[in-house]
Amino acid sequence: MDTSKVASSNTTTAATASKPKRIGAVATWADERLGLAGLAKKNLRKVFPDHWSFMLGEIALWSFVVLLLTGVFLTLWFTPSMGEVQYNGTYEQLRGVHMSEAFASTLRISFDVRGGLLMRQMHHWAAMLFVASMMIHLLRVFFTGAHRKPRELNWVIGCLLLILGTLEGFTGYSLPDDLLSGTGVRAADGFIKATPVVGTYMSFFLFGGEFPGESIIPRLYVVHVLLLPGLLLALIAAHMLLLVYHKHTQWPGPGRTEKNVVGYPMLPVYAAKAGGFFFIVFGVTALLASLLSINAVWKLGPYDPSKVTAGSQPDWYMGWPDGALRIMPGIESEFWGITISWNVMLPILVLPMLMFVILLLLPFLEAWITGDKREHHLLQRPRNAPTRTALMVALMTMYGLFWAAGGNDILAIKLHASINEITYFLRGAVFVGPILAFIITRRWCISLQRKDNETLLHGYETGIIMRSAEGGYSERHLPLPDSKAYTLTARDRDPVVDGFEVDAADANGLPAPGEGRIAALRHRLRTLWYTDNVQKPSQAELEEGHHHSEHEHELQEPLDGRAADGHQFDGHHLVDDESLRH
Amino acid sequence: MRLLNRSAGRLSRHRRSPLAGLLVILAGLLLTGGIFTAVANTTAQADQTASNEELVAKGRALFLVSCSFCHGQNGEGVSTENGNQLGPSLVGVGAAAADFQLSTGRMPMAQPGAQVPSKPEAFDDDEIAALSAYVASLGPGPAIPDESDYSIEGLSDEERQAAIARGGQIFLTNCTACHNFQGSGGAMPRGGYAPALHETSAKNIYQALLTGPQNMPNFTNGNLSPEEKRDVIAYLYSLRDMPEYGGFGLGGLGPVPEGMAAWLFGIGLCVGAAVWIAAHTTRSNKKKVDAA
Repeated sequence: MDTSKVASSNTTTAATASKPKRIGAVATWADERLGLAGLAKKNLRKVFPDHWSFMLGEIALWSFVVLLLTGVFLTLWFTPSMGEVQYNGTYEQLRGVHMSEAFASTLRISFDVRGGLLMRQMHHWAAMLFVASMMIHLLRVFFTGAHRKPRELNWVIGCLLLILGTLEGFTGYSLPDDLLSGTGVRAADGFIKATPVVGTYMSFFLFGGEFPGESIIPRLYVVHVLLLPGLLLALIAAHMLLLVYHKHTQWPGPGRTEKNVVGYPMLPVYAAKAGGFFFIVFGVTALLASLLSINAVWKLGPYDPSKVTAGSQPDWYMGWPDGALRIMPGIESEFWGITISWNVMLPILVLPMLMFVILLLLPFLEAWITGDKREHHLLQRPRNAPTRTALMVALMTMYGLFWAAGGNDILAIKLHASINEITYFLRGAVFVGPILAFIITRRWCISLQRKDNETLLHGYETGIIMRSAEGGYSERHLPLPDSKAYTLTARDRDPVVDGFEVDAADANGLPAPGEGRIAALRHRLRTLWYTDNVQKPSQAELEEGHHHSEHEHELQEPLDGRAADGHQFDGHHLVDDESLRH
Repeated sequence: MRLLNRSAGRLSRHRRSPLAGLLVILAGLLLTGGIFTAVANTTAQADQTASNEELVAKGRALFLVSCSFCHGQNGEGVSTENGNQLGPSLVGVGAAAADFQLSTGRMPMAQPGAQVPSKPEAFDDDEIAALSAYVASLGPGPAIPDESDYSIEGLSDEERQAAIARGGQIFLTNCTACHNFQGSGGAMPRGGYAPALHETSAKNIYQALLTGPQNMPNFTNGNLSPEEKRDVIAYLYSLRDMPEYGGFGLGGLGPVPEGMAAWLFGIGLCVGAAVWIAAHTTRSNKKKVDAA
């Protein structure tokens, strides 16, 4: 639209075209060629709700940006080659030692390139943060029910990002060709070879011959700097486009519905907040990189298959499969001359795949069990979906125990314990722990639901102790402010699970569609899913509660105004007009 | 003769010089001292033997009080009824083994367990010397190494640098599997552990290599020559002198503490910042709204 022709007046004086401003002219020039105004008009004012937990995914996004920036710096000096050279650089302890060009160039980046070590460490810390923030973002999404319809596919994209990010981390960890990364690649070679029948073929294909060969580093390099970042970028773009399309979820509250989004617009508020957050994430990465040493490759020395070091661990995100591998009893069997190494195959190939598939399917499993096909844009508090919350806590517990197993040697020396006993304990704990965690979390959530109802019906505890004329003591409860009461009750009632008969037949004597053994299982799961959940109080119950408290207030009225001073600042009411009563 | 006379005459000219008396006294002292050392050398050796015997006797007295309960009254070791060893025989372990165990405080042992921990030593240097001499007297074994065995002081700068680089490779090949790439220690089966080497003295490292205490294998001079042992020690000492190039080293234990730092500090700071950003939102007025 050409704004220069718009009238400057709607009064009696003649309209004159105002002089076009310079920025307007540039914008017009660009819009005439790119047609962005329509898009910008719609999206620059896009509203995002405000909550700290909605910014966790942003940590992942910004650490990815840091990874791209520092990664480009590193590619300028890194030589992805396994050609052997004799080191003659600055680091004295390795001078004269034969090593691969990859390791020599890593040393060069660390000691001879200005700012190189800082960039290396920033890259590594940002990688750790990237995967970690994806995981806490995932937890937030699941705990609040943001994975429900219509966002299931965005959950799937997020899971793919998580696994690709992990692979990206592993390939990066392998590139410097130091003792740890070589040990990691050696372990990966073993995992591949543990695949029944085709394992050795796959290994020879990947390494271009027998391990280690000369091709693995150049190949991993291409995967690390081209293939995976490309996929990650594409998936991040898809993830964010879907976010814009679905609009952000929000917490329930007065004025917030399934059909609106209450918050601040992108420009200027969220652009500033998100842009500022980028600098904070960048700053945290730089702070970690400048204060804490990470992967001191010069101490590890070049990889050599004859060497290994105590404390050989992968980076943290690969720690849990490593832990499963460490505590797996050594079982293998032989069929027709083929050895199946269950001790490697189960913990490293089967378990992570299984966990990943479970993770991918979680939204679909939940929807199948609950039968909920509605769209959800209002979030649930974790306590209001006790089974879901407990399920994720159980998975987290399992993850944490496998994680601990991955550091069993460090635990042993730091706790002065026996590594064998830690291993035996964890073998049982990875099965028992999640079950215990599930039960405890579920009951905990239900108790919190009860607490909410208690507050709704009987008011909140003021902390004011009243003494009656007879000398009895009671704590005074006051009703919640309406907005808080609304927020607590703005949730759906769980559906009532009716009785179910497997052999239920319709009028023609044919079983109703979808009713059979699977439907029976689904019914049983649905019953378990909702069992013992506490529903929000009904209107009648609320009124009864209010009536009761009014009665209580009447009884306490003579004592009103004699409350201990200061209790009016209990955080439940506006205190603009309040002052200490003395 | 004339020549002699002439030079004697020249010398004689200085006989009244103020320095003459001093020089004569010095010459006399040198002569008597020289003769005494030449003659007394044999007696000194005899003294040393005598003092070694005294040392062994003193060591034996200490041994009977502090060690014989487990190692036997003559260091022959004590076996329990079911065939376990209460304390191993010390015949032939050598002074190096005794000195290592005593000077790192591992012996006398406080209690039996998966592994004997290092602790403040129970004996002073003289007593350790006496006990080591006594153990050495039980049978031939490695002697306490001399400082020249493990010091690279005598080498030129280039030789030193080469020794450190060589020692690093030997260390990474032979020692890191248990002691970790930086000598931070590692876990061994059933509660055992390879101790950290950050503060172990050069002498103790050399002795440990030589005698293989507890779980540690024995690196004889056949499979790791004295020079190679020296180089390993030089490498370990060079790590101590080296600045932490990348910042605080997190205990030098590899990726586990790094992951913890990423979660605790990295994610902690970022989430803290997110909470802060979400808690502070826009104001329409630049001035702070007055609460009152």
